[in-house]
Amino acid sequence: MRITCPLCGARDRREFYYSGAAVALDRPAPEAGAEVWDDYLHNRDNPAGVTRDMWYHELGCGSWVVVTRNTVSHEVIGTALARDEKGRGA
Amino acid sequence: MTELTAKTPGAGIFPFEIGGITAREETPEAMTAIAPYKGREAEASAALEAAHGMALPAPGRSTGKAGARALWFGRDTALLIGPRVDASLGRHAALTDQSDAWIVVRLEGAGARDVLARLTPLDLREGVFKRGHTARSELAHMAGSITRVGPEAWQIMVFRSFARTLAHDLDSAMRGVAARAGA
Repeated sequence: MRITCPLCGARDRREFYYSGAAVALDRPAPEAGAEVWDDYLHNRDNPAGVTRDMWYHELGCGSWVVVTRNTVSHEVIGTALARDEKGRGA
Repeated sequence: MTELTAKTPGAGIFPFEIGGITAREETPEAMTAIAPYKGREAEASAALEAAHGMALPAPGRSTGKAGARALWFGRDTALLIGPRVDASLGRHAALTDQSDAWIVVRLEGAGARDVLARLTPLDLREGVFKRGHTARSELAHMAGSITRVGPEAWQIMVFRSFARTLAHDLDSAMRGVAARAGA
């Protein structure tokens, strides 16, 4: 599996650390309430299809990368720097 | 009083030669990480140009030449190798002395690429990884930096404390390549 880092280009999966669903881009406000925070912390979808994850390019440039991929076909659909994606909604 | 002697990271480990390929330690006088402050990349690049004669490198590229080189060294960071960094850079970028943090090895000879191909997942093919290109990547499971400095010459770097591990893995890879070539 290869992931295209927006800075480094196509790189082997070994260079990346997997962090999970890209919910961290959409952190709730501190006063959002227990239910919203519970959802943010604990509840994850497990889609058969398109999903967005955070990957850290730890053996490369050190960027957090948002990877859009398909869990069924394993196709990597797109990548973007978390810096550019933050606030656009996960 | 005890007399202390400074040792280079590769003292007693490098150089060695296997199958016509040499691994030799390079000992630049200084290495400095240059991380431009937010929005100050242009000023930092101009200051680097004025003081050391090279611009800040774009991702995956290096600037300058042997003896005074700037490598792209990760997100928003460059590594100046050779000269002691001019204080004027400090106005536009965070400067971190890395001089004693890394071992720098020059791997040179026909087939050096094949040796590296055994140690890193990078695409090092001729038309892809050209002279002057650089990458941060995995090098025998270590976080390293690889730069092509000549047609058959590569500069590789890992943390200083991994010098012996690097030598061991280079040795294995070089023996493998030499065996394949029937040398």
